[in-house]
Amino acid sequence: MNVPEPYRLLLYLVGTLAFVGLNAAYLVWVERKGAARFQRRPGPTEVGPAGLLQPIADALKLLSKQVLVPPEADRLLFRLAPLLVLMPALMCLATIPFSAALGARDLNLGLVMVFAFGSINVLAIMLGGWASRNKYSIISAARIVSQNVAYEIPMLLVVITLLMVTGTMNLREIVEQQAGGFWHWHILRLTANPLMPVTFLIFFICLLAETNRAPFDMAEAESELVAGAFTEYAGMSFGVFFMAEYANVLVGCSLATVLFFGGWQSPVGVGSGLLWFLLKLYLLIFLVVWVRWTFPRTQFYRLLNLSWTLLIPVSLGILLLTAGLLKVF
Amino acid sequence: MLLEQTISTRGTEPAPETFVLNLGPQHPATHGVLRLKLTMDGEYILRGEPVPGYIHRMHEKMGENRTYAQFLPNTSRIDYLAAMHYTHALVALVERAAGIEVPPRAEYVRVITSELNRISSHLVWFGAYLLDLGGFTPLLYAFDDREKILDLLEAITGARLTYGYYRFGGLANDVDAAFVEGTRAFVTYMQPRLDLYRKLVTDNIILRKRLEDIGPISAEMCRRYGASGPVLRGAGVACDVRRTEPYSVYPSLDFAVPVFPEGDCLARYRVRMEEMAQSLRIIDQALTQLPEGPIQAKVPRVIKLPPGEYYSAVEAARGRFAIRVVSDGKDIPYRVKLRTPSFANLTLFEEASQGMMLPDALALLGSLDLVIPDIDR
Amino acid sequence: MSAVLDSLEAAFREGLPAARCERPDPGVHGGHLEVQVAPGEVVGATQILDRHGFAIDAITGWTDRHGRLEGLCDFFHFTAWEHVAVRTRVPRDLPELPSIAGVYAGANWHERETHEFFGIRFRGHPNLTPLLLPEDATYHPLRKDFSGVA
Repeated sequence: MNVPEPYRLLLYLVGTLAFVGLNAAYLVWVERKGAARFQRRPGPTEVGPAGLLQPIADALKLLSKQVLVPPEADRLLFRLAPLLVLMPALMCLATIPFSAALGARDLNLGLVMVFAFGSINVLAIMLGGWASRNKYSIISAARIVSQNVAYEIPMLLVVITLLMVTGTMNLREIVEQQAGGFWHWHILRLTANPLMPVTFLIFFICLLAETNRAPFDMAEAESELVAGAFTEYAGMSFGVFFMAEYANVLVGCSLATVLFFGGWQSPVGVGSGLLWFLLKLYLLIFLVVWVRWTFPRTQFYRLLNLSWTLLIPVSLGILLLTAGLLKVF
Repeated sequence: MLLEQTISTRGTEPAPETFVLNLGPQHPATHGVLRLKLTMDGEYILRGEPVPGYIHRMHEKMGENRTYAQFLPNTSRIDYLAAMHYTHALVALVERAAGIEVPPRAEYVRVITSELNRISSHLVWFGAYLLDLGGFTPLLYAFDDREKILDLLEAITGARLTYGYYRFGGLANDVDAAFVEGTRAFVTYMQPRLDLYRKLVTDNIILRKRLEDIGPISAEMCRRYGASGPVLRGAGVACDVRRTEPYSVYPSLDFAVPVFPEGDCLARYRVRMEEMAQSLRIIDQALTQLPEGPIQAKVPRVIKLPPGEYYSAVEAARGRFAIRVVSDGKDIPYRVKLRTPSFANLTLFEEASQGMMLPDALALLGSLDLVIPDIDR
Repeated sequence: MSAVLDSLEAAFREGLPAARCERPDPGVHGGHLEVQVAPGEVVGATQILDRHGFAIDAITGWTDRHGRLEGLCDFFHFTAWEHVAVRTRVPRDLPELPSIAGVYAGANWHERETHEFFGIRFRGHPNLTPLLLPEDATYHPLRKDFSGVA
């Protein structure tokens, strides 16, 4: 889209805000309906047809609640944390190409930017937990940091592997490389690296851990830490954390779509476009929901063990293998 | 030795790196108003002291102020998930003491309803335990199954939780053909469900890793703390009141006492899952053997036990429940002592949780299957 | 008759000659062996039971008809399936018993409960604070002269 610069920025801001807002609201609905189906119950039905207005009712309820700040808390940081947690997700979406024409920014270092902003998210949740001055929140903050440090490493190793194959950090170019049928998608580019599906699996596991989704939802762990870092948050400040979780899932799954599933490319080679991107995106999000309602939570230290003893060595191995293959051929 | 350590650390100032986490009385993992005072070093528990008493109702004093029949409803409210077993203990005590001969049909119906109650109690535990472990879905499956049991019991007792169905010398109501048919249908329905749970939940690798070798409780520890029920059988001791102090018609029924020697959370988990299968077996046999006949023996209008001391124990869903009654010949007991399984099972938490990490300690707490009114009475 | 009970009775005769052993009708009384000991011999009796592999079942008390407090400790054997009750009596104005929490760790809570309900003080107990009653409770509700009934 050739829109002149200041309008483009404005369009992007409005567009992503609306997209994230709608997605966060309706992913909650998808999650609740999905969970209900897994649990053989109808889920939300009362507000609107098939409960479709439920997210709006929830948002209204949260907005009408008093924002409580515990007297012991660090007032500034406590209020700042919800903002800090949502902003990186919005920034990340700037680089995601939704289709050949639709995308806010075409950055040559798009991938780096996504990860740079993705890491801020962790700090923000930690800040929120820390500022709450609640013991549960502090335990949760400590968990989040160690969990994310542990999972950034295999995730980045996997992405470096992919970078070696693509040779570019521009997300648009990465998608364009995957044109022409699903066998060109990176997840099936076995010539570059026969372990590509494993690479995706590691990426997906790290994605779950980075976004604090079950079975790695140690940060929230409602049966242990009540609500983890968000225990002291009430009303819409809790709502923002809640939205941020879904925004992060959205970013993560978008990234997975771009990196592994050919972005907007059609699986049969013709008729590429935005619809394909959204289809792949929501299928991945559904997978995330599916995992959450199927598995129990792991222990915290096992999660770290999994990363340090399995994921990091394997992703390092894949990295070396890919490097070797690229050198030989 | 561990106890000495505990005693020696008591009263001393905690090291500056430690903090006290006050878990409860309102906390999702304590399933009721239990409070845990955890002295923690990071995520490690240095000392986990349970603080019960938040719903103490003094059932024992109530027992000293009302007749045996008036005390009967109280028994349903001590462990609200296994009401049948508790009522069974009291009626068995009075019947034994007063020499009341219970008609066989009543005894069989008692066994059937008791075992149904055991399954429903274990199902609640199963669902709630998985919820503790972060898996939400099994809870709704378990409650779905439990609903069928509650419907069956509601049809004959009129209540869904606090049944008060047994009477001295018999039952409040006879069961009808619909109940027998419905229970038979439930038995055939439930067996494949247990297989389903095994495939979906028990064999899940995350669950296995979460429970294996976590929270070991040895038979020796059970002995020092008086633990009973699935906790004890999960430590490899085949001790079940239905076998050791037979009551009702259990001796004429064929069932196994599931025992797993590992003593970890998984062992206790598997004991309960296996017990549900055994309860189904018992129900199936009892339904086949269910005789026709009266359901109520002749009982004097006012029950007075001869002076002396009487004791009766049953295998409740959580372990050994015993009532001790001291009678002075009046229609009101002189002293009622309730020995509840959750109380004894919780006493070992402090020792067992030492040095554990918080999520594991909560897995241990859940595997004890506590019902808080059962502790507080 | 059970071998465990026989050897237990022999051990009591040897170790605590003053202890009175009885085998009541278990169908009525539940217990298979009743042992009556002096207050000072409680720990000794408990140690004998511990050596025989008995598990602690419960500790309780009651006011007997002569106004004395009776302390009662139930034990159970996991494999021999025998049930033993150890009893002792203390005068009402000096209700003190030695604590057996050092022998059976599980006695800790049972003794706390008996202490708050009956006012029996357990000497040597590590933490004799109310367990189920409020922390500042000074009454002993299961004593017969306590009337909290509305």
